[in-house]
Amino acid sequence: MKLPIYMDYHATTPVDPRVVDAMLPYFTQHFGNPASRNHSFGWEAEEAVETARKQVADLIGANVKEIIFTSGATEANNLAIKGAAEMYREKGNHIITCVTEHKAVIDTCKKLEKLGARVTYLAVQKDGRISLDELQAAITDKTILITIMAANNEIGVLQPIAEIGAIAKAKGILFHTDAVQAVGKVPFDVTQNKVDLVSLSGHKFYGPKGVGALYVRRRNPRVLLAEQISGGGHERGMRSGTLNVPGIVGLGAAAALAKAEMATESARLSAMRDRLNKKLHDNLDEIYINGSMEHRLPHNLNISFAYVEGESLLMGINDVAVSSGSACTSASLEPSYVLKALGAGDDLAHSSIRFGLGRWTSDEEVDYVVEKLTSVVRRLREMSPLYEMVKEGVDLSKMQWVTH
Amino acid sequence: MAYSDKVIDHYENPRNVGSLPKDDANVGTGLVGAPECGDVMKLQVKVNPETGVIDDAKFKTFGCGSAIASSSLATEWLKGKTVDQALAIKNTDIVAELALPPVKIHCSVLAEDAIKAAIADYKKKQDEKTGTVQPAAQPTA
Repeated sequence: MKLPIYMDYHATTPVDPRVVDAMLPYFTQHFGNPASRNHSFGWEAEEAVETARKQVADLIGANVKEIIFTSGATEANNLAIKGAAEMYREKGNHIITCVTEHKAVIDTCKKLEKLGARVTYLAVQKDGRISLDELQAAITDKTILITIMAANNEIGVLQPIAEIGAIAKAKGILFHTDAVQAVGKVPFDVTQNKVDLVSLSGHKFYGPKGVGALYVRRRNPRVLLAEQISGGGHERGMRSGTLNVPGIVGLGAAAALAKAEMATESARLSAMRDRLNKKLHDNLDEIYINGSMEHRLPHNLNISFAYVEGESLLMGINDVAVSSGSACTSASLEPSYVLKALGAGDDLAHSSIRFGLGRWTSDEEVDYVVEKLTSVVRRLREMSPLYEMVKEGVDLSKMQWVTH
Repeated sequence: MAYSDKVIDHYENPRNVGSLPKDDANVGTGLVGAPECGDVMKLQVKVNPETGVIDDAKFKTFGCGSAIASSSLATEWLKGKTVDQALAIKNTDIVAELALPPVKIHCSVLAEDAIKAAIADYKKKQDEKTGTVQPAAQPTA
């Protein structure tokens, strides 16, 4: 086993060597511009891009013409939300999203609010999912777009996408989903889910960074978006700019691998994740899972270790790469807004660790992480005044804390 | 985030972790911070009432590595100091000793607050014992 151990696959993934092999010829040999229509260099590049487009479309049950390549999911989210708001502004100015969305969605919505849009941020329930009743109630005759993520990047919770899609469809409202964490990990089909716009990113499923895609429905309804990057009219006029051919080839290859291996890989990872969860629960008391276990990505686990602070935990397992929702690990000094939204209390947000397992995680690594974490949690609890007080029978929630 | 060697040393080998009997009249306890803010420090001093010298100091901290290091260092510095000398310890001394970055300065402030709260608690107990009524500082938690 090699140290350090990478267990932060929600942040990014290494590029699969098979993907790298597929990409390499497109840097030096087949370097043409797919927009060059009058020579073989351009034709070769165009053919490679169209093959990749098919591979990405196949992964989500789409038509090739519905895939728009972008620089990643942040751009795809921006294009979907701003593009729809601009295109359909005659129809209405109301957007519905949710408080646990990624910043690429939240900040895009905030920007639109400054420009006059009205945005509803749905709360989530204790399990991290939105309430469909609250969604229904939030819809007005001015609602033009619902944007709800498929799977959360911190707690791995899967939103009821097909149900949201059905509601949106019945009301004639466009439905966008940021599916960055879900695509390539769990089955995702644009028809079954009745989605109109889907953002995805290469580096979340063993493809390269700097490339992603937006699915834009072409039929029933035909979705139009105002372009956000103007130029040569590439990608059906929705996203100008010379195509990142090696990146796109990599995205396509990663999509093909994900489709072929998803069933076996997700079964392997969920077994390993459950092993991690069980062993931690066997070893330690007062640890709490954040978000639904039933509706969750197979490779995600997010646990709060009560009475110990997340950053000090990370310091104790410095040969394991994981993330914490602790304020101390963020630039803002605020604990994770996703965990806060679950309503479990800020103290548990400060004590959380996110584990993201992936293609190269082994049982041996899981066992090492369990051992290491167990001893660090025990050591830090011995040092924790909160743990001592609880053991003495003090109710922490009734204490008068001096906040600072 | 990179930690200074001194922070890492205090995190890995914290000095004076533990608790003193909080009902002892010669023990002062300071409890500062809040769980929802991500740091809580409990700092205790045991004072020799004859000499006014701090014989022992203990801490327990819920917080990041820098918070643990700040309180660990504080207990090290407190031992052997008189109560008045202890009150002269400034958070900036802790920042300098541990080379804390700007985002971690609040950890040193909390440690200074904990020292002041512990000593205020000790003085209050002494006043109660001797019957002197003074506008003593309130216990912080």
